[in-house]
Amino acid sequence: MGISVVLPRALVPYARGVGTLQIDAPCPTVRDALAATAARWPAVIDRVLTEQGALRRHVNVFVGDESIAFLDGLDTRVDEGATITIVPAVSGG
Amino acid sequence: MPTRRISGARNVVGDVLVLVGTTKGAFVFTSDASRKRWRVDGPHFPGEAVYSLAFDQRAGRTRLLAGVHSNHWGATIRTSDDFGRTWSEPERQAVRFPESSGLSLAQVWQIVPGRPEEPNVVWCGVEPAALFRSDDAGVSWAPVDGLLEHEHRPKWMPGGGGLCLHTIVLDPANPDRMGIAISTAGFYRTDDGGKSWRARNSGVRAVFLPDKHPEFGQCVHKVTHHPARPERLFLQNHWGLYRSDDWGDSWQDIANGVPSDFGFPIQSHPHEPDTVYAIPLQSDEFRVVPEAKLRVYRTRDAGASWAPLTDGLPQSRAFESVLRDGLAVDSHEPAGVYFGTRSGKLYASSTDGEQWKAIAESLPSICCVKTAVVGPA
Repeated sequence: MGISVVLPRALVPYARGVGTLQIDAPCPTVRDALAATAARWPAVIDRVLTEQGALRRHVNVFVGDESIAFLDGLDTRVDEGATITIVPAVSGG
Repeated sequence: MPTRRISGARNVVGDVLVLVGTTKGAFVFTSDASRKRWRVDGPHFPGEAVYSLAFDQRAGRTRLLAGVHSNHWGATIRTSDDFGRTWSEPERQAVRFPESSGLSLAQVWQIVPGRPEEPNVVWCGVEPAALFRSDDAGVSWAPVDGLLEHEHRPKWMPGGGGLCLHTIVLDPANPDRMGIAISTAGFYRTDDGGKSWRARNSGVRAVFLPDKHPEFGQCVHKVTHHPARPERLFLQNHWGLYRSDDWGDSWQDIANGVPSDFGFPIQSHPHEPDTVYAIPLQSDEFRVVPEAKLRVYRTRDAGASWAPLTDGLPQSRAFESVLRDGLAVDSHEPAGVYFGTRSGKLYASSTDGEQWKAIAESLPSICCVKTAVVGPA
């Protein structure tokens, strides 16, 4: 069944126009899910994580409806069939 | 000046480009050599901050390079070979720190094409403070390890803009020598092609430290020099205007006749090695031009004296500020001088700074202004 990774509009071009990515590999955590995403779509994850693997400051990631900022961050557990949604934070100037 | 069209573009030899980076995108202003009328393209990268721009026309290129920063998706360098009609969209982040450094790219603060003898070399200075080198004209980049692993790094402190390497000065005669400036670390020079770097801040004050004359830790805002006399450097400090006649080994105070020695930008004249422009600000606590008069100061005697240039600039209630890369000078004769303010006004002079005119008044806040004359380098 795998998991789904939903991209914001700005990142869709880096996934060759696909807005929802399907990951079939086992992904116990968000970190694993993003690593699996990076393996196929590295340009997407370059924009989500820094080169040190940290989530960029103004990017939010949700598992289901819950922000990982209020769970365990990148170590947040991901269940089979879950949907991970990447969202630009409400920030700017 | 012969009229020759640049392949694939409407620009001709002698045209002047003024590249303006703002907090919400980049704009390209173009004029013929008269610099009387300007056309503008932009915004490029709408919504993204552009703190660095450069034009590289070595080896037959007409390449614009832009350091673009998305608040959400990070920073990158993008290039255009058709004067901004199209831009590269790098799949991967080309400027990236090695994992062993523990650092992550925050911003590209400076892009400088290398010496003419090295037509594929481009340098960039970034935040957190580091120097990167490209050997393929700006497509791929590698950090300069001698600076990345410098023993002073743990003690470098970020200034208000972050810990940024914002200035790169090349020695046109000596390929192993170059200087860089970091806020807040000071001026560093290499004489061995980047393998080792030594702080060169003797005489430059650090008013914000208990020790006013440390080996390093000065908040240097910008350094400039003239290629014909590369050993003579001019430095705008966080308080202090300085000159060095020995490639930074020693510095002398040259704040003679300026209303304040606080400021950010400083730029050399293209044909007169002892002519330099600066835009003083009131103070570090009130970063607007002194007395709310928008004045560019010019020295023609290497800092022995400075005189204001005001014709065409507002001389009352002008609460303006210009950032470190907000001032540029083109290579025509007389030189064109350009500066952009944080309030989005772009001023131009085609007369060495004697007369000024606003050529844009409602841009987003201006981060950098660069200029180039199109044609044989």
